Amino acid sequence: MIPSLLGISPAHWAALLAGLKWTVFLSAVGFLAGGLVGFAVALSRISDSLIIRGLAAVYVNLIQGTPLLVLMFVLYFGLPVFGFDMPPLAAACIAMTLFSAAYLGEIWRGCLQSVPRTQWEAADCLALARWERMLLVILPQALRIAVPPTVGFMVQIVKNTSVASVIGMAEMTYIGKLINNATFQPFRIYLIIAGLYFLLCYPLSWLSRRLERKLNVAHR
Amino acid sequence: MSPIVSFRDVHKSFGAVPVLKGLSFEVQKGEVVALIGRSGSGKSTALRCVDRLETVDKGEIIVCGHRVSDPKIELRKLRQDVGIVFQSYNLFPHLTVEQNITLAPRWVKKADKASARALAQEVLAQVGLSEKIDAYPEQLSGGQQQRVAIARSLAMRPQVMLFDEVTSALDPQLTEEVLKVIEELARQGMTMLLVTHEMAFAARIADRVIFMHEGLIHETGSRDILRNPNTPELKSFVGVGL
Ligand SMILES: Nc1ncnc2c1ncn2[C@@H]1O[C@H](COP(=O)(O)OP(=O)(O)OP(=O)(O)O)[C@@H](O)[C@H]1O
Ligand SMILES: [Mg+2]
Repeated sequence: MIPSLLGISPAHWAALLAGLKWTVFLSAVGFLAGGLVGFAVALSRISDSLIIRGLAAVYVNLIQGTPLLVLMFVLYFGLPVFGFDMPPLAAACIAMTLFSAAYLGEIWRGCLQSVPRTQWEAADCLALARWERMLLVILPQALRIAVPPTVGFMVQIVKNTSVASVIGMAEMTYIGKLINNATFQPFRIYLIIAGLYFLLCYPLSWLSRRLERKLNVAHR
Repeated sequence: MSPIVSFRDVHKSFGAVPVLKGLSFEVQKGEVVALIGRSGSGKSTALRCVDRLETVDKGEIIVCGHRVSDPKIELRKLRQDVGIVFQSYNLFPHLTVEQNITLAPRWVKKADKASARALAQEVLAQVGLSEKIDAYPEQLSGGQQQRVAIARSLAMRPQVMLFDEVTSALDPQLTEEVLKVIEELARQGMTMLLVTHEMAFAARIADRVIFMHEGLIHETGSRDILRNPNTPELKSFVGVGL
């Protein structure tokens, strides 16, 4: 065994990687649960019902107008006041979901609306039901447009999971703080953490750019 | 026999702008009616009202027995009876020609895969594009896309076909191939209401011509009115058109 790598002991590396696992976990929750809720938000934003549209708009504006940090505080410190038991993991998962849903919902609403009006109308004229129109005509076209910005936003999700460290969620940034408290090598440890975030995010950015180029070529 | 399309005193405004000001006309089964008039006279709006893409403010529209002006109309039934083709084809770009054509038959009419494909082959033969069944829309010329759009409508076996300036985006040669398809449909007895700027074409196939002017029917009659117009407005209109 190598006694230390980049000046970090094996035990600290193990802790960092455990933190990395939680970072990935929170990112996945943010993307999957946030995507699910976000899809509902996107559909609500283009609903025929003024009330549903309005509620969705309020939700999006509320979340987009609140720092993620404050959202985490509200869930972690605020809800227990009303008797809700709120461990850091639950608060972090809910916050990431609410956060991602608002942004993904807006991204996807834009994608749905960028499918030309005439395509919606052509589907109507063929007697397709609303859900058939969405599923068979609009979604397949919107999906192609949606992939690059969606993958791009995944980078934001990954980076924003670090905010969960403030409520004691043991993800990578939090572990980094603990290691730094023990070793007093902030430059070294945070540089390593930056490197690990980069390793998570760069493939996503790269993929997003590539998909965008591919889409542009396909559209000519 | 009751008419396929019937408009009675139909009014429609966009905001404060009145577009249809009490439109009344009928289209009988098997009839080919050409709707002509200057830009902005309300032709497209009238056509869109037939398929309830626009709702009317006042008046009654009945299409194939469906009371279109009724807020509780069953749109799915109405739109199975009405085929409509626009200037901009509006094919679904992510689907092949076959998939474009069979989408509605399969989902709305629950046709199975084999009979839907047979149907696609049949309507494509009708528009002379059998060999393009597996192509994507972007691989087709404008004229071919428009013929596929017509085939897609025909696949629902509509009782009436609506055409809104379907050749306006095409050059003369492609226009001709699309007009031929429409003419053949007319010959087979399809009921049609068509908005067109092709006066020569209207004069050739229309049983009846409706000249719209400022949201109302200004002059109507057999195709002969295109050669011998009565009103000065139609006179000046065909003067430039024919
Ligand atoms: N969705 C809409 N909202 C507002 N105004 C509209 C709308 N659709 C049409 N109009 C207006 O209604 C009037 C009639 O339009 P319409 O498209 O029916 O005319 P048209 O006879 O088909 O003309 P063209 O020959 O140019 O196609 C025009 O003044 C147009 O600007
Ligand atoms: Mg028009």
